[in-house]
Amino acid sequence: MRSVARLAAMVRYFLTRLATAIPTLFIIVTITFFVMRAAPGGPFDQEQALPPEILANLQNAYGQNLPVWRQYVRYLSSLAHGDFGPSFKYKDFTVTELIGQGLPVTLKLGSIAIVLALLLGIPLGALAAVRQNSVLDYTAMSLAVLGIAIPSFVVLPVLALLFGIYLHWLPVAGWEPGSVRHLVLPIAALTLPPLAYIARLTRGSMLEVLHSQFIRTARAKGLPLRTVILRHAMRPALMPVASYLVPAVAAIMTGSLVVESIAGLPGIGRYLVQGAVNRDYTLVLGMVIIYSALLIGMGLLVDLLYAWLDPRVRSQR
Amino acid sequence: MSALVQDAVARFLANRGAVAALLVAVLIVALSIAGPWFNPNGYDTLDWLHTAARPGLPQAHWFGTDRLGRDLFVRTLQGTRVSLTIGLVASAVSVLIGVGYGAIAGYVGGRTDHIMMRIIEILSGLPLIFFIIFVTVFFGRNVFLLFVSIGAVAWLTMARIVRGQTMSIRRQEFVEAAVACGATPARIIMRHVIPNLIGTVVVYATLSVPQIILFESFLSFLGLGIQEPSVSLGTLVADGAGELEAAPWIILIPGTFLALLLLCLNICGDGLRDALDVRQG
Amino acid sequence: MSAALIVESLNVSFTQRRGSIEAVRQVSLEVAPGECLALVGESGSGKTQLFQAAMGLLPKNASTDGRVIFQGVELLGADDATLNRVRGSKLAMVFQDPMMSLTPHLRIGTQLAEVLVQHAGLSWRDAWRSAGSMLERMRIAEPQLRLRQYPHELSGGMRQRVMIGMSLLCEPSLVIADEPTASLDVTVQGQIMELLRAMRREFDMSLVLISHDLAVVAGFADRILVMYAGRIVENAAAVELLGHPRHPYTAELIRCIPRITGPLPGRMATLAGQPPRPQDPQPGCAFAPRCPRAAPHCRVERPPLRALGSGAVACHFPLDP
Repeated sequence: MRSVARLAAMVRYFLTRLATAIPTLFIIVTITFFVMRAAPGGPFDQEQALPPEILANLQNAYGQNLPVWRQYVRYLSSLAHGDFGPSFKYKDFTVTELIGQGLPVTLKLGSIAIVLALLLGIPLGALAAVRQNSVLDYTAMSLAVLGIAIPSFVVLPVLALLFGIYLHWLPVAGWEPGSVRHLVLPIAALTLPPLAYIARLTRGSMLEVLHSQFIRTARAKGLPLRTVILRHAMRPALMPVASYLVPAVAAIMTGSLVVESIAGLPGIGRYLVQGAVNRDYTLVLGMVIIYSALLIGMGLLVDLLYAWLDPRVRSQR
Repeated sequence: MSALVQDAVARFLANRGAVAALLVAVLIVALSIAGPWFNPNGYDTLDWLHTAARPGLPQAHWFGTDRLGRDLFVRTLQGTRVSLTIGLVASAVSVLIGVGYGAIAGYVGGRTDHIMMRIIEILSGLPLIFFIIFVTVFFGRNVFLLFVSIGAVAWLTMARIVRGQTMSIRRQEFVEAAVACGATPARIIMRHVIPNLIGTVVVYATLSVPQIILFESFLSFLGLGIQEPSVSLGTLVADGAGELEAAPWIILIPGTFLALLLLCLNICGDGLRDALDVRQG
Repeated sequence: MSAALIVESLNVSFTQRRGSIEAVRQVSLEVAPGECLALVGESGSGKTQLFQAAMGLLPKNASTDGRVIFQGVELLGADDATLNRVRGSKLAMVFQDPMMSLTPHLRIGTQLAEVLVQHAGLSWRDAWRSAGSMLERMRIAEPQLRLRQYPHELSGGMRQRVMIGMSLLCEPSLVIADEPTASLDVTVQGQIMELLRAMRREFDMSLVLISHDLAVVAGFADRILVMYAGRIVENAAAVELLGHPRHPYTAELIRCIPRITGPLPGRMATLAGQPPRPQDPQPGCAFAPRCPRAAPHCRVERPPLRALGSGAVACHFPLDP
């Protein structure tokens, strides 16, 4: 009986969150459309002047001659169909195709990075908290400051220099389908900043939780330290980490722009950067929307995670 | 008031890491200002006789030169100056906007606060960096746009924190007393709220400088920030990335400067936070 | 039979940035088996830190000196393994404010059962079942439902019953109850105290009641210890202490208890002044500044705890019986 009520509460909670997420995506899509239209010199205003007939044809094809609101509707419907239009620079490809090629690479990189950051960062931070002021603590936290401060576009070349050029252990850059060695350095560079931040966050939060009264009760019950930490302290300590997940993914996404560019990996990050430099409007547009959708989806997942971490959240609305 | 300041200063000085970081940061700043005077090379003069030269004494190319023969000592310090300037100016702007916005939201409370926080939530939820890239692509790259976009991102955190602090200050009794005495909201904000916010604001302003520098370097690295012929640490690192194997110093030297600068500013900011014992709203 | 708990010359101090604070100074006491001992004192008297030290629950910046012996085992400074054998099983503690003292994200059943799983080696299923029986003994209705609930879904009184039940699961020899009724409504307070009394009888165990309120422990304890500024100032059988207090502080405490019988006083009785801050140790008797009987000598020399009657008093000029 009660568990049905609880399940219903969870579903309601999830739906409320979904209801806020969809308008956000909508706003993004709308803003991108209007920014694109407001750009000085239309998308056709390029270095080489086009002969008028071709220009007219292109304008027709891209629907430039229709009134604004009709363009908007057309834009929305094509988006809904997953059609982002043709790339302006890569004339043979549609943006959708490029996304299809690049997204798996970026997703693979990014998901490995965030999982590693969590798997390594949380235990590191927890250990540092339990052994506060020990050598482990100071070393870990010093390394963490390094990881947070130094940007990935400095870290990756340095790593490439060290492991690729001097030690010859790993390839400096480039990519082959299915190759693992080529992914090691990029993933390392992507993982370091969120890992460092998560370690610090976990340590700080764990230290606070360890001073809670309920931890004192758990210790008074004669439970071994490991049980106290894992069963009683961990979940509340992870709340800030859960909050950080969305910024972490955003950081990894922005990091991937740089990492993919430097390492020459064919992911959507590199496409976005090239598109930005080449002023390939539709490509940039498509990428931005994909990234936004990913982030918003991540936000929903995190909301669900909150509910699991803290049962009190489930009872509210 | 000054006893608190003395206490905070003592605590900061006791933090050896923070003090060391502060010294290094000051050193870097001093070097970036005074250094180029000691070096005869200009920041974009091309020395065709010494392209991609190793760091050394010939022609006072103490940090070497890049692929086009431009002296790295002068360029690195110039880039440091540019990045620092952007960091400080944008930080100051974001502080002003953030503090104003947050203080009003936190003080007035109620529906106004609710709406204002909603706006911040929505803006935080958007992947602003991508937006900025997007906007830069469409509106071209100029310095003004750069500043605007950096400022647009940076004020959010400050506003949130200031709002939280303001709300807890607002609840305290001396504010109730001031209201009861008939003080106007503006006066209360100026006289009571803001002085109590100074600690928090100083800490987060200090921490936002490296964040902004990072952001600017990131954009410049991608080619979307500072443009030729101006130099920033980000553009220098980008220049060097292509020469990794042949001339690693081209990326290592500006990269080290950037990393050191960010590191020291972050450590200082953390040290300040510990010294002023600031907790998040 | 020997004492359940012996504390010898216990000192507890905390090191902070500006120096160290002595919370407990040279405290010695004994809890006899089956006895109910009350420890009374204002906040800052050190009464909580005293027993936190015994249980090994002090924070990292605490340093201790002296001895604490429980059933022949030296507890002070013992390693975690030794402490965990004893804590939660033979020596249990009930904390005040059960909302903060129960883990918010674990079900009640889990928090109860884990004690049995840890100390009695039961399987989770058996432990869960035993937990349910304990809830029944604690007079909690719908025990099976409560087992599956989270702390925030129970009322304050129920939570405290859960805490008490949690301490009794392994049939401890000694239970320390730290302000068990402090965060509860007055009506519930009485129920909880009655529950403690009944459990003491059923389980035949020693009970230490820590409280700032003499009135709460009055009808309860066999023996009362009064603490002031980190030291024990009086130790006597309850009846004797309440009827004929020897230490001026005790007398003041008793005087301040509001009485329901008799004529209404014009003003409520209070004790003037504040207890000394632990950071400022005073020469002489710590209570002297507030004592109506203080003489110049009191501010010079600290009175030692001297045997008197059935107990002991730390006063240069104890009250006559």
